[in-house]
Amino acid sequence: MSTPALSTHGLEKSFGSLVVASDVNLAIPLGARYALIGPNGAGKTTLINLMTGMLRPDAGKIRLGETDITAFSPGDRVKRGLVRTFQINQLFPHLNALEAVTLAVCERRGVAGKFWRPLPAYAEAVDEAYAILGSLMLAPDCYRLTRELAYGQQRLLEIALALATRPKVLLLDEPAAGVPREESAELFTAIAGLSQDMTILFIEHDMDLVFRFASRIIVMVGGSVLVEGTPQEIAADARVREVYLGGEAP
Amino acid sequence: MAAASGAATTPGLYLQAQTRWHPIEFAFWAATLAPFLLFPNHLALASQIAITGLFALSLDLILGYAGIVSLGHAAFFGLGAYTAGIITKYGWGEPLVGLLVGPAVAGLAGYATSFIIARFRHLTLIMITLGLGFLLHEAANSAEWLTGGSDGLQGMRIGPLLGLFRFDLYGYTAYAYSLVVLFVVFLAARRLINSPFGLSLRGIRENALRMPAIGAPSRSHIRKIYTISAVIAGMAGALLAQTTSTVSLGVLEFQRSAEILIILVLGGAGRLYGGLVGAIVFMVARDQFSGIAPQYWYFWIGALLVTVVMLLPNGILGGLAQLYARWQGKSS
Repeated sequence: MSTPALSTHGLEKSFGSLVVASDVNLAIPLGARYALIGPNGAGKTTLINLMTGMLRPDAGKIRLGETDITAFSPGDRVKRGLVRTFQINQLFPHLNALEAVTLAVCERRGVAGKFWRPLPAYAEAVDEAYAILGSLMLAPDCYRLTRELAYGQQRLLEIALALATRPKVLLLDEPAAGVPREESAELFTAIAGLSQDMTILFIEHDMDLVFRFASRIIVMVGGSVLVEGTPQEIAADARVREVYLGGEAP
Repeated sequence: MAAASGAATTPGLYLQAQTRWHPIEFAFWAATLAPFLLFPNHLALASQIAITGLFALSLDLILGYAGIVSLGHAAFFGLGAYTAGIITKYGWGEPLVGLLVGPAVAGLAGYATSFIIARFRHLTLIMITLGLGFLLHEAANSAEWLTGGSDGLQGMRIGPLLGLFRFDLYGYTAYAYSLVVLFVVFLAARRLINSPFGLSLRGIRENALRMPAIGAPSRSHIRKIYTISAVIAGMAGALLAQTTSTVSLGVLEFQRSAEILIILVLGGAGRLYGGLVGAIVFMVARDQFSGIAPQYWYFWIGALLVTVVMLLPNGILGGLAQLYARWQGKSS
C-alpha cells in the first residue's frame, strides 16, 4: 500500500480532565473522500484543529505524505498542501469575492508582499481566482462584498478560499452548516466535482449526504475513533447504530 | 447596481477601474494649490496642514488598512524631527539630507519595534505603542546633551532647499516643499494600497484568523507596513523640524499621538484621503477656535469629534462617500 496522503499516529489532546482526542490513528489514502461523523462533542472539529496546527497535540504525530508536520505552524502546513475550511464562516466581510480569492492566490504564488505594481498587473493570479469562483458558481456575484453575499454563497466562498491555496488534502468542517437542505446537496455536488487528485475529509451531520458522497466513513465518539469503514460497513455496524444512529438502520 | 454593472466586465477591467483616478481626486490636488493664490497670509498654516496630513497618512497605512491601532505614533514623528534637526547642527543644513536621514532613523526604530507589534492586537497593542511612546519621550527628555531636553533643540541651522530656496517668513518655500513631499508620498502610498500587498493588508484587517489558514505570513506583512509607516511618520517629523526651524519635546508627546488618531478617525480611516481631509478640518478648526477662546478650544474639538463619530461612523469621507453613492443611485 502506498503512503497515505494524511495520517495521524497516537494523537492525544485534553483540556484539563476533558479528553478531546484519545489515541487517534488514521490513514487517509490519496484522492479519498472521507466523512468524519459523530455526535456533538465527539472531537471532530478538535481533530481538524490538531491536523491543521491550530491546536498542539499533547502526544502523537501527524504526517502529510511522508513528512512529519507535527511541529509545523498552520501557515507552513497550508504551504505544504494541508488546508481547511471553517464551520463558522471565516471570511473577509469588506472584500469582494474576487478580491478575497485573489488575495489567497497571490499568497500562494508568493507575490502578496509586492507593493509596487498594481493588482491588475498580476493578471494570471486574477484570472486564476476568477476561474476558481466560476467553478463554484460564484463568478456572477464576484464583485459584491462578501458580507452582501447570500449565506449559501458565503459557504462556497469558504471553499473557494481554500481551493486558491491548491490543497493536496482539504479538510471541510461542516461545509453545509446552516445551508437549507435543498441547497446543501448542490453544495456537495460541487465538492464531489473537485479534482480526484485532492484528498478530502469532511465533517457532516446529514446522513443522506454522508452516504452519498463519502467513499469511507470515520465515526468518532468521546475523542476516540469508534470505527472506520465503507458506508455499507458503517450502516451495518451495531455499535455505530447504538451510539450514533439511535438504533435505526439509515 | 454594482453587481449588475460588474457582470458586463472582466475581472482585469474591473480591478483596473478600481485603481483609476477619480475626477474628485484631481480636483482635490488642484485645490491644494489654492492657498498660494487665495490665502497667501496663511501659507505657514497650510504647510502645517500638509505635514499633519502626511503624518495621518502614515497612520492610515497601519490603522486604516492593516487594522493595527497605535497610540504612540508620535515616536516616529519625533525621531524624524529630532534627527533632521540635530544633523543641521553638524553642518548638514541641506533639507533634503534631513528628509532622508530623519525617516531612515524612524524607519530603523519602526523595524526594530515591528517584531513586538506584529505579535499583538487590539488593547494590548494600544498599551504597547503607548508605552513605547512614553519611553522615547522620557529618553529624549533626559538626553539633554543631544536634544536640549525640555528647552528644545538649540542651534539648528537649516540651509536653503537645494541650496536655492530659503525658508521665507511667509511660508512659500515651506508650503511648496511640504506639499511636494506629501504628494509624492501619497502617490507611492496609493500604489502600495492598490498592489497585492495592499490587498493582503486589508485581509489582515478583515480577518486576521483566516490569514494563516490561506497560508499568509501576516506577521511579516505587518512588520513591513509598520516599518514603511514609521518612515513616512519620520518624514513628516523632519518636514516640521525644517519648516519651523524648531524641535521641542512636543513632537514626541502623547497628545500628538492622540491628535493624529483623532484626525484620521475624523476624516475617515482606510481611504488614504481621510487623514488629509481630517488634517484640513482639524487644523483649520483649531486655528479658528483658538482665535475665539484660546484656553477653551479643545472644548470645540471635543464637540466636533463626538458629533462626527456619532453621525458618521466612517468619518467625514465615509459620510461623503455615502452621499455620493446615493446621488449616483438616483441619477442613474
